[in-house]
Amino acid sequence: MISAIRNNRYLILRRISQVGIMLLFVCGNLLGWKVLAGNLSSSRVMGMVPLTDPFAVLQIFASRHLVSADALTGAVIVALFFGLFAGRAFCSWVCPVNMVADLAGWLRKKAGPELDRAEPAISRKTRYWVIGVSLFVSLFTGIAAFEWISPISMLHRGLVFGIGTGWTLVLAVFLFDLLLIKQGFCGHLCPLGGFYSVMTRFSLLRVSHQKEKCSLCLKCLEICPERQVLQMVGRQSSAVLSGECTNCGRCIEVCRDGAMKFGGRSYVAKHDPTIA
Amino acid sequence: MGSETDGEKMPERRKFLLSMAKSLGAATVGGLAWTGYLDGKKAYPSVLRPPGAVTEEDFLARCTKCGICVEACPYQALILARPGDERPVGTPYFQMRENPCRMCRDIPCTAACPTGALDRMLVSDSDGQDGLKLNINKALIGLAVIDRETCIAYWGIQCDACYRACPLIDKALTVEPVRNERTGRHAILGPVIHSGHCTGCGMCERACVTKKAAVFVLPRTMAMGESSNRYIKGWESSDEERMNEAPEETRTVTPRSEKSPMDYLNKDGF
Repeated sequence: MISAIRNNRYLILRRISQVGIMLLFVCGNLLGWKVLAGNLSSSRVMGMVPLTDPFAVLQIFASRHLVSADALTGAVIVALFFGLFAGRAFCSWVCPVNMVADLAGWLRKKAGPELDRAEPAISRKTRYWVIGVSLFVSLFTGIAAFEWISPISMLHRGLVFGIGTGWTLVLAVFLFDLLLIKQGFCGHLCPLGGFYSVMTRFSLLRVSHQKEKCSLCLKCLEICPERQVLQMVGRQSSAVLSGECTNCGRCIEVCRDGAMKFGGRSYVAKHDPTIA
Repeated sequence: MGSETDGEKMPERRKFLLSMAKSLGAATVGGLAWTGYLDGKKAYPSVLRPPGAVTEEDFLARCTKCGICVEACPYQALILARPGDERPVGTPYFQMRENPCRMCRDIPCTAACPTGALDRMLVSDSDGQDGLKLNINKALIGLAVIDRETCIAYWGIQCDACYRACPLIDKALTVEPVRNERTGRHAILGPVIHSGHCTGCGMCERACVTKKAAVFVLPRTMAMGESSNRYIKGWESSDEERMNEAPEETRTVTPRSEKSPMDYLNKDGF
C-alpha cells in the first residue's frame, strides 16, 4: 500500500490538483466560494487576482480586438508562472482533459501491445500548425477561433456551468485517443498544449536524468506521454529540455534506479563531467 | 542553388518541400472548414446580453466564456450558454420570461467582467471629476416590444401587470387611454413602451399574464428601425437644429432630375 502510493505519488498529486481545482470552480459557482471564480478561460483568485488563459488572449489579439488591463494582467501572471517556472505543467496538473486522455491511454495499453505500439498517423508537430491555423481563423472570423471549439473549454466550463450536449466533444477526444491515435489529442493536435510547449521552452522546473544510475529498462519511455522528449535517456546526463515535457513526473515514479528526478535547469553553459 | 552538385541533396529537399506542401494544404482545408463552421455559429442575433455589453460583434470577440458574470448575478438570472442552447456556446444571456434582470444598482455582473466584454463605461455617469458612477438605468439589454393583438389590455380588459412590474414605471412604460372602437363608449388603457428609458430588463415580460408573453424583450438592433438622417421631425427644436448642419446640396441627381419639373409638365399631352 505504502509502496503503491510512493510509486504513484505524482499521479496521485496530479489528480488531487486537477480534481481540486475543478471542485473549487464548482463551489465558486454553486456555493459562492471566493477561492476560484470563473473557469480555466478566465478566473479570479480570492476575488482579487485575475488569471486568464494567455492563448485565449493571443487569439483575441489575432481577431483584431483588445482586452481589458485586467485580462491582460491575468494572462501575464499565468504566462510568467508556467513560462519561467512550472513548464508545461498546465497540461498534466490542471487541464481536466488530461484525465480523459489518460483513461483512454490506460485502456489502450490494457487492450494489448499491438494497439499500444501502433505508429501514429499524424506528426506531433501538427499542434503547431493548429496554432497557426487558429490564429488565422481568428483573424478572418473576428472571434477567438479555438475557444469556440475547444474540448478543453467544453469540459471545464461544462463541469462548472452545465455541459449540455458538449459531452459529445469530450467523448470524441476519448475515442480518438482510444481507437485512432495514441495520445492523439494532447500529444498531437491540441494547440493549447502546443502553445504551452513554446511558451515554456526556457522554464526552470525540469525532470533531470542521471545516466550513470540508469539501467536502461526504458520504463520511462514506455510511460511518457511525450516520449520524444526523453531522447537523452541512457545516452547522457541532462535535464529534459524540450518544452513538450508536461512535468507530469510519471518517468520519475516508474524509475526503479533513481535516475530521474525533478530539478532546476541550469541556464549557464553546461559542463557535464560524465561526458568529458 | 539548384546546380548539379546539389544533386544528392535533392531527395531530402523534395521530401521536405512535399511535406510542407501537404501540411499547408491540410492547414488550408482545415482553416476553411473551421472558418465556415464559426461563421455559422456566431450568427444568433436574438441574444440578450448582460448590462454594459459592448456591440454583439465585439462581445463575441472579447468574451472568454469564463462565466464570472453568471456567478456574480445574485438572482441567478444569467445563463452561460451550453452546447444545444441555440446561443453562442459559453456566452452569457438572459431568458426574461423565466428570470429577468433585476437592475441591481451595483451591477455586479458588469463589474465582475475581467475582459471588457461588459464595459462599465457604458452603464456609468461621469461624476464630474474623473470618476464614474454606475447607473443601471443606462443599460441597454434590449427593448420591450408589445404585441397589441394578443395584449389583453388592448382588448379592453383591465390589465396593467407589465406596467406595475416595470422598475422604471411611468418612464419606460406608461398606460395611455385609447377609445374602445368596439363598444364606442369605453376606454382602453393600453401599455406603451418608451425606448428612451426602457433598459430591456424583462420584468414586464415575466409579469405578462398571457400564455406566451404579449410584451417581450428583443435586442435593440432587432426591435428598432433607423430613420434616415434626410428627414427631420418638424416643430421639434432639437431635431430642427440638424438642418443647420445639412450640406448645401442634398438633392438626388438622376438623369431625369437634371431637368426642371416645368420641362416635363409642359410636355405634349399635359
